Order: sequence, then structure tokens, then C-alpha cells
Amino acid sequence: MANSWRRERWDSLRLLTPNWQSRLPGQDYTGPDPDGYMTMGEVVEFIERFALATRAPVRTRTTVTSVRPDGDGYHVSTDQGELRCRSVVLASGACNLATVPDLSAGVPSAVTQVTPLDYRGPDGLPDGGVLVVGASATGVQLAAELQRSGRAVTLAVGEHVRLPRLYRKRDVLWWMDASGVWDQRYDEVDDLSRARKLPSPQLVGTPERSTLDLNALTGLGVELVGRFAMVRDGVALFSGGLRNVCSLADLKMKRLLATFDEWARTSGREAEVGPPEEFPPTDVPASSRLKLDLRTGEIGSIVWATGYRPDYSWLDVPVLDGKGRLRHEGGVVDAPGLFALGLPMLRRRRSTFINGIEDDARDVIGRLVS
Amino acid sequence: MTTVDNGVNVQALLDAREVLRGAPEAAQFTWKASAKWENGVHSTATIKNFFGLGAEQSHKSETTFTADHPEVFAAEDHGITPIEYLLVGLASCLTAGVASVAQNRGIQLRSVESTVEGNHDIRGILGVDSDVRNGFNDVKVTFNIDADASKEEIEALVAQSQKRSAVYDALTNPTSVTVEVA
Repeated sequence: MANSWRRERWDSLRLLTPNWQSRLPGQDYTGPDPDGYMTMGEVVEFIERFALATRAPVRTRTTVTSVRPDGDGYHVSTDQGELRCRSVVLASGACNLATVPDLSAGVPSAVTQVTPLDYRGPDGLPDGGVLVVGASATGVQLAAELQRSGRAVTLAVGEHVRLPRLYRKRDVLWWMDASGVWDQRYDEVDDLSRARKLPSPQLVGTPERSTLDLNALTGLGVELVGRFAMVRDGVALFSGGLRNVCSLADLKMKRLLATFDEWARTSGREAEVGPPEEFPPTDVPASSRLKLDLRTGEIGSIVWATGYRPDYSWLDVPVLDGKGRLRHEGGVVDAPGLFALGLPMLRRRRSTFINGIEDDARDVIGRLVS
Repeated sequence: MTTVDNGVNVQALLDAREVLRGAPEAAQFTWKASAKWENGVHSTATIKNFFGLGAEQSHKSETTFTADHPEVFAAEDHGITPIEYLLVGLASCLTAGVASVAQNRGIQLRSVESTVEGNHDIRGILGVDSDVRNGFNDVKVTFNIDADASKEEIEALVAQSQKRSAVYDALTNPTSVTVEVA
């Protein structure tokens, strides 16, 4: 139970969502720190408590090895035996495998390569500097942790989503929730495939509720470089387009915060929040490094924080598109009796959050019983 | 409400995007130029044909480009330096992007002007110092745009045009280049 939270996350990780947003049907957060962020141990405990309360017939320590069509239902093979069922709900998550770009093949063998699924903490990496690739939530968190541990960190930055932790004295995810951004439906957005692959925002859950954008990382001493484009003869080459990806992120953040301001004004919520705030633009180095020689020992390891993807290797039903993504319409998979939960923008923007599961699960259950 | 017209057929571009989503092979283009040495460091290049949408295509007419080097390079200056052609390409690509994005976002442009500066330490190409690179050290583009839009909307146009620019990508990211003798 809660296997991925238990075994597939680094030690220091906390949820990005504040405690008060961690709610499951009939189970709200009731602890002393509603504005704090759960550690992985606390998440596991929260899920175990829910399992105990609902008494759902969960078969623990059971690995599904295959799901295949069988008559008007499905045959499920597990390492604990076989099952037959009419319907299957795929709730195995969006982050089973780490995505590592092909260019990693050109990295010299003396450099240790890890993914966030292998990483536990700074002590697990060999000596030397660290190149962290990717500046979404995972990349910025690991870059900060590694830099604070005394290592020289270089962060390769592509397109990213910048957010302040607090805006107008409220958690930025309070704004996402209250203003209705998270309620946007999959059939309401302009470009669904883009919305579904939106990188996770540059956020971290810490007791200090601090912002972890690129300016914060620069302040810690992290060196920013452009997107990791290529390895040529053992030398990493980075894009010269760092300034533009930062401008895009600054502009998008500004637009989002302006929609929050507009919402606060028109919905009469001004009194609940602090005065409007402005954040300085991302401080991009005058000339970022375009090359980094990976053969000199300066870099001891590379952390590929370049995204995750689901593992459907056990799903023997032809429901994946050419890019390996599940074909579904708001969680209704393109095969009779097959449903999905917990994928990015499955039905709404909140679909991947713990507090998003209730509404989506009710929708699926409605279809199951009808 | 007046209709925005920057002269860009955005609908055709959006339609092409839909069609090519299902036909990636038709999206494979090859751009071609032929060059010929004239004398000294003076050469001419011509462009007429290209390949795309699964077939040979042609521009309406052939264009000839003259490249040379200035007199301070002890050359005859019949035309601009090859590296200046990169500035031409970058400026025109970003400008086309600004117009297209503006059209798509319903922003009427009145004027779009830009200056492009590429800083170049020529000790690299002269072999004075092997630590100096041959190409630009950096390139700066400055846009002056008059449009029915806020400063932020204009900044967003310029940012988006970089995001979708072929030449910006070609200059900022490494590209594998093969040079052979036939």
C-alpha cells in the first residue's frame, strides 16, 4: 500500500500541496499544521488511515503482471494468482518510469547517471559536481538540496513553470484551488495535449514556505545553463536560449497572477488576501555556459530530472497511441469497461492531486454502476 | 470590432498543423543552396528549389546572394560577410514569427523594426588565440514594435516568436553538420 510514496521518492521530499488540501472522501487533514506540507512518511500514514477507514478490499503485496481482454471483461494475472473482472480502473499513476533523453548515451562512462527514482539523497552520489538536467519541481528541489550539501551544481534549464510559493500571503495552490483554475475541464482547454504534458511547477514544500524559483537557486550558488542539447566528444552542449525560456516563464507567471488578482477583485475576496505583489524577472546570467566538459572530473554525476511517464508494459489491451499515451476521454479508456484515474488533466486540472481523486472517482463509479 | 490583418494567413498555418499531425512524412523539408567561388573571398550562392510535402518545390524565382568580406579584411567587398547572412536570417525569421503570432492572437501591428548585433572576436578565425571561438560570442536583437497591444503582450509576442523560430533554434542549439567532397 502507498508503494510509490514509500519506495520511489527521495528522502527529503514533501508534498507540494499544503496539508489542508490533502483530503480524501471523508478524510480531511485534522493535524496542527494545515499550511505545512506532508513528508513521505506522513503521506503513507494518511493513505494507510484511509485504507483502514474504508476497509476497501485491497490485495497488498500483489503485483499485476498482465491485464488482457477476456470475453466481455478482462483477465488479470498477478504474482499472487489470476483474476477475472468486468471492468478495470487503471490507477497506477503517471510517474512509474523516469524519462531520460537519448543524448544520455553519449555521456562518458566515468560520470554516474541517476534518475529521481534512484536518488535518495546527496550522500548517494559520487564526489564531484552535479549536473541536474531539468528545472521542474524535481529538478529545482534536487539542485537546491545538492548545492546545500556542499556540491557545485549546474542546472540545465529548458521550458519551465515558475511560481512563487506564496502570493499575497496565500499559498499559490490556494489560489489555484479557490479561483477555479484547478476545476478547468479537459474539454475546456485550448490545447489538451499541451495541458497534459505541462511540466510541474517550480515548487517545494518546506516548513519555511519558501519560493524555489531560478532566482532562489542562483542565490544558493547554483549555475544556470540552457537546455541540455547534445553531447559531442564527451562535452555537454547547452542551448543558448536560456534567456527566452526564462522570459516565457516570467510572462506566464505574471499572466497567471493577474488572473488571480482579477478573480479576487470580481469575487469579493480582496479582504482575505494581502496586497498585490510583483516579483523581479528571472536573473539570467549575462552569458551562460554553452559547454561543459564531462571528461575532466568536474562533473561526477548527472541527475536526469527530465520527467516521468506511466508504465503500461503489463497492459495487454491496444489502448495506447503512437507515443505510448493512454487513449481516453476524461478517464473513459478506448476499450469497454476500462477506466483511468490519477493522470495529468484526466478530467480536470486537479486530477493528479490527492484532493482531485474524489470527483473523478465518483464519475467513474457512476459509469460502472450505470 | 475591426478585423486584425497583418497579412498572415494564420488559418492556412493552423490547417497545415492539423494535416501534418497525421502525416509527419509530408512535414520533412530539405532547403537547398548552391554556392560558387568567384574570386578571392567573393562567392555567389543561388537558391531556387527545395523539397517538401513529399515533392520537389520551387520558389517563384531564383535568388542570387553575393558574399564577400569588407575592405578592412583586405577584400573587395562585393557583398556582405557570410556571418552577416546569419543576422539576416535571424531577424527575418523572428519578424515573421512576430507577425504570425500577432495575427493568431488578434493583435494589429503597425510597425515592427529590429536591430540585430552579433559580437564577434575575429581572433578566432585568424588563429590568433585558440581559446577564442570562430563564431559569434553573443547575439543581441532589439525590437521596436508599434501595435494595438500592451507592453507585456508585445513582450509575449517576441518571446513566442523565439520559441517557434527555426533560425533562433539553429543558432542557439548545436546542429550536426557534415561537409564532404563529392
